[in-house]
Formats: sequence, C-alpha cells, structure tokens
Amino acid sequence: MAEKTSSKIKIKCKDVWKVFGPEPQDIIKNWDQYNAMNKVERLKKTGCVVGTQQASFQVAEGEIFCLMGLSGSGKSTLLRCINRLHEPTAGKVFIDDQDITDMSGLELREIRRQKTGMVFQHFALLPHRRLVKNAAFGLEVQGLEKKEREKKAYEALELVGLKGWENSYPYELSGGMQQRVGLARALATNPEILLMDEAFSALDPLIKRQMQDEFVKLIKKVKKTIIFVTHDLHEALRIANHIAIMKDGAIVQQGTPAEIVLNPAKGYVEEFVKDLPKTKFITAQDIMQPLDKWVMPVASSTKELINKMTKNNLRFSFIVDENQKVVDTVDYFNLTLLTGPSQSIEDVPKEYRPSHYPTLSISGDTFLESLLDKAADTKVPLVINDDQGRIQGVISRETILTTLQSA
Amino acid sequence: MIKFPVRIPLGQWAESIVNWLTENFSTVFDSIKVVVEFLLVQLDSFFVWVPWPVMLIGLTLCGWIVAGKRVGILTAACLFGLGCLDLWVIGMSTLALVTTAVFISVLFGLPIGILAAKSPRFDVILRPILDGMQTIPSFVYLIPAIMFFGIGNVPGIIATVIFALPPMVRLTSLGIQQVDKEVVEAGVAFGCTPVQLLLKIQLPLAIPSIMTGVNQTVMMALSMVVVAAMIGAGGLGSKILYSIQRIDLGVGIEAGLGILFIAVVLDRILQGVTKKQQDAIMHQK
Ligand SMILES: Nc1ncnc2c1ncn2[C@@H]1O[C@H](COP(=O)(O)OP(=O)(O)OP(=O)(O)O)[C@@H](O)[C@H]1O
Ligand SMILES: [Mg+2]
Repeated sequence: MAEKTSSKIKIKCKDVWKVFGPEPQDIIKNWDQYNAMNKVERLKKTGCVVGTQQASFQVAEGEIFCLMGLSGSGKSTLLRCINRLHEPTAGKVFIDDQDITDMSGLELREIRRQKTGMVFQHFALLPHRRLVKNAAFGLEVQGLEKKEREKKAYEALELVGLKGWENSYPYELSGGMQQRVGLARALATNPEILLMDEAFSALDPLIKRQMQDEFVKLIKKVKKTIIFVTHDLHEALRIANHIAIMKDGAIVQQGTPAEIVLNPAKGYVEEFVKDLPKTKFITAQDIMQPLDKWVMPVASSTKELINKMTKNNLRFSFIVDENQKVVDTVDYFNLTLLTGPSQSIEDVPKEYRPSHYPTLSISGDTFLESLLDKAADTKVPLVINDDQGRIQGVISRETILTTLQSA
Repeated sequence: MIKFPVRIPLGQWAESIVNWLTENFSTVFDSIKVVVEFLLVQLDSFFVWVPWPVMLIGLTLCGWIVAGKRVGILTAACLFGLGCLDLWVIGMSTLALVTTAVFISVLFGLPIGILAAKSPRFDVILRPILDGMQTIPSFVYLIPAIMFFGIGNVPGIIATVIFALPPMVRLTSLGIQQVDKEVVEAGVAFGCTPVQLLLKIQLPLAIPSIMTGVNQTVMMALSMVVVAAMIGAGGLGSKILYSIQRIDLGVGIEAGLGILFIAVVLDRILQGVTKKQQDAIMHQK
C-alpha cells in the first residue's frame, strides 16, 4: 500500500453527472421522478442512459484512489469525465484547483499532455510502432525532439521491466508485457496524475497479481496521484488508499480499505464484502490503539508509572525516550514487587523487567493475518513503529480478538 | 392516352447549367485540362521510354518482393504476353491513362474520405452522391466531360475519375472509422491535436483499407478504358472500340487480353502491398 505523502487535494469531483442521450439536462432536472425507474424503463421513456450520477470525491496528492463497482456501474464514465474524454453533463472537476470543466480545448490539451497520463483496459497500443515509439508517443505529441523523447522512452520501459524489448512490436509481447508498455507510455511524460481504467483486468490471475505487486512498488518510487478503476474488490483492497464503491452510476460508499471491510454500508457493499477473508485486508494501522495510555517517558518515576497502569488496568507499559522510541517494557507485577521510595524508571533493576516476554515491533502495514502469529509469540502487546522506529500505536491481544470476532 | 399534367424540363436546365459553367469558367476547365494533359504526357512518355526489359524486370521484382515468388512469375508472364501480342507501347499508354486517373482519384478521394470520417454531417450528404456516382451508367459522365473538356484523353480521364472515385472515398472513410476506438481515445488522452490524431494514429492504421480502396479504384479505372475511348482516349481501349466498330474479332481479343494482363499485374501487386501493410499493423506471425 502506497504511503500518503501529503494531504493536499489533487483531484476533486463535485456532483459530476454524465447522462448519455438526447435530453440529458432534462434527466438531471427531473431526477426525483426518474430516480425511481430502472435503467431499461428510463431508456424506453427518455432514450437516455445515466452513466454517472452526482458523483463527488477528492483524491489527495500521492494517493491511489480506486473506483470499484460491477460492470456498467459507471466507473469508466466517471474516470473519463476527469480528463474530459467524456464531457460531464453537469458538475465540476478540479485538478490542482483548476476547473477542468471550464477549460478551452487548448488548455485542456495542455493538461492532458502535461498533467495526466492514462492506461487503458485493452492497452490501446499503436500496433504499427515499436515499443520505444509507443512509449515515446506522449512526448512526441508534445513536440519533444526525437533523441530526447526516445531517451525518456527507454527509461520508462526500463522502469516497467521491459529493458531489451525496445525494438519489438506490441504483437510480439504477452498481454502482461503489453500492459507494461501502456504503463510506460503513461509514465514517460512524467505526469502527476495517472488515470487507469481496469488496467489489469485483461490479464490472467497470476500475471495480474504480479503486476499489482510490481505496480504498488513502482508507484512508491515515482510518487503519482492515481485513480484506478477496477471491478475487482480484492484488487482495490490490495492497492488503494481510498476506495469509492459505485452502483448504477452513483458512489454508494467511500473510505479506506479497512473502513470498507470493517464497516460496509448496508446492502450492496455488505454483500460484496461478506465473503472476504478480512484478515488479509485489515492492517495493524487500522486497529492499533492510541498511544497515550500505553507509554511513559523515561524520566517518569515508578510511582507515576504504577498509578497510571493501575488506573488504565494495564499489565504492560512501554517506556519511550524523547524521540518516541521504545527503550523498555515494564510488567506491572514486577513493578509492584519493588519496595522503597519512588525512583526513576531507569534505576529499576534488570530482574524486574519482563525479559521472558519479548517485545515485538511491527510496521503499520502488516496485515492482521500475520499479526496473529506474532501475538501468539508473546504476552506483551505488539508495538507499531513507523519507518524511523518511532512508536505509533499498540495492539493488545484483546484488540485482535475483538476485531476477529466482528470481522 | 391521358397526358401527364406537367413536364419538368430537367434536361434543359441541366444543359443550361453546363453551358453557363463552360462559358463562365472556361479558364478553370482549361487549366484543369492543361494540368491533366501534362501529367498524362509525362507518364506516357516515361512508360514508353523505359525499355521493355527494364520495365518487365522492374515490375517482376516489385511483385516478387511485395507478394512473393508466384506473383513475380505471374507478373513476368503477363508483361511478356503483352509484348508478344505487339501491344507493349499501346499497353503503356493505357497504363499511363489509368495511373493518371488513379492518381487524381486518390488526390481527391483521400481528403474527401477523411472529411467524411470526421464529420457525420458531411458523410450524410456525401453518401447518396457516392451511390449515385456508382449507379449512374458510366456513359452518362461522358456528356459533361465532353462539354467541359472537348474530345481526347483528358475528358476520358475525368470521366474515369468520377467513376473510380467512390471506392477510394468510401474505403478511406471506412478505414478511419474502423480504427480501434480505444487507440483513438489514447491519442486524445495524451493530448493529440486533431491533425496529430489523423497523422499519427488514424491514417497509419487505416492504410490497409485505403490500399484496398486504391486497388478498387485501379480496377474501376481499367474497366472504364473502353468507355473513355468513346470520347477519344487512346490506348488499348481505343483498339477495342475500333474492333467493335469494324467487327474485327482478332484485334478485339488481343486488345482485351492486353487489358486483362495489365489488370492482373496491377491487382496482384497492389494486393501484395495491402497485405504487407496489414501485416505490419495487425498481428502477423
Ligand atoms: N458512449 C456511451 N453512450 C451511451 N451510453 C454509454 C456510453 N458509455 C457508457 N454508457 C452507459 O453508461 C453506463 C456506465 O458505463 P461504464 O462504461 O461507465 O461502466 P463501467 O462501470 O466502466 O463498466 P465496465 O466494468 O463494463 O467497463 C452503462 O450503462 C453504459 O451502457
Ligand atoms: Mg469500464
């Protein structure tokens, strides 16, 4: 799962509608009346199909945002509204606070050239061009000179693992490789945003898995904001930071993968999530408890520590230094055996430490599945560290058990 | 017999329009005539100037390269046959006539086809016109051609162009419309201008279809040579016309065979090119 790099809003859709047909505005105006009809009735009566209705969402910079839904739910339509391959019937789309829906053809073309790249379900490569020329296509359109653009195309192809294939034709490649070319073509222009429409669904399951993993790794390297369309909930849960679930053109629920899995909206989403092996999608981060009750600064006295642990009914507690790094773990029973005046924690003798229970530190993106083993190895709650080794949260056995029970 | 209440003098109208055009636009028609004539004469004298063995070997190699050994051999046999019937020079004249007509057809057919593919409205207007051009008997074209250009090779070529243009337009338009929608979308998504889209994606991918159009245009132009000869175009067509007028079976059969030979050569070579283009674009093994 890609880390969030900032919370700046990169893409924003506000009440976006796309209605196909002769009188699209009429449908929106009288939506109360048409809403109750099903697709077929509406088509018979008005000749219109609602592709996307009143969709609003925001994507933060550096995030992978998944649009998920069954076939015909309007994912592609909504995605295409973002770079205006479809003209939205109503609503606004913003990229970096620029109103896309309001742009002239010329401005829009610049956005398409510089800011967005797109990857297509059936790859949409140019069959008459060698891979370099395919990958260089976006740059060629921008008018970059040949030497320069082919250099960048080579780099992009290498990035997606196609070094050595530069002079092949698309038909000489397997589906998975062709989609890498599609990805390389989108990456070559170094856009800030990638729009990906079912990029992996034409691939067979094994290749798909592999591509997803590589993709997540790659994206961590290149730092892009991504909107990813998929009809596969597993895929969405594997790669997304946020997911929007669509049904009949509307977004029915939005949230992080864990939010979707743990609190699915009644009905439609619930059905989807029902049979998921949840331990595979919930991460340590999603269930960890806030720190304050679990940690004590090094400088505290044993008395303070005992008081706090008594109050919170804790058996174990973590001692942290000024950098929020865990330096010690203490066991309530041992502490209560200490006699004498209240002293600093640092002075507590070694034999009062719970050395027979190891303290395990794990990273936030560990899945619940692997937490189970770890929790079995020790009685001490698990410590969640960030990549600098600072404590982020704590997961006790009770937390794991209650999560499993509800999941 | 009951009389019809009205008689629309359409013929008179058409005549007066044509007259009006000839009177007021004679410079235009004259310049067209000069250009076409020039083109034809250049090509004709070139084809005749090239010694027959050079032409024969050149076309044979051409056929061999684009379409393989069999077509190469067939080309050689056909051209050799043409020479054996003592029809080489006159055959080259026909080749020049056909080439000129096809060149002009492509010159106009390609942009019209592109326009038709890009503008549905233009397409709607164009369709019945193209249908008409193909269903009206080719003889009818001779009349305005004579009026505008007199008698000779040029009106023959013009009539041929009108007759041979439709497949070029249709297949260009079809080829462009048939380009994979997702690929075109990819072009738009990466910020192509309409011209870039056309040059980098639509035309290259429509080439097999366009080549098929060229091939059909060539065949239709060849089928017009006799008709064009009726208004003074030269070449094998005029020979056949002569044989019809004199009821000279021998001359007719020989000249007919000559046209067949040329048709086979052009068709096979163009088909080879089409196939090659197609393979380059689609998934060849
Ligand atoms: N160009 C169009 N003209 C008319 N209706 C369209 C058009 N494109 C899409 N639709 C309709 O809009 C609805 C949503 O289609 P869309 O392609 O967005 O679905 P999707 O979620 O991407 O499905 P899939 O997973 O099959 O790609 C469908 O009912 C479809 O029929
Ligand atoms: Mg779709």
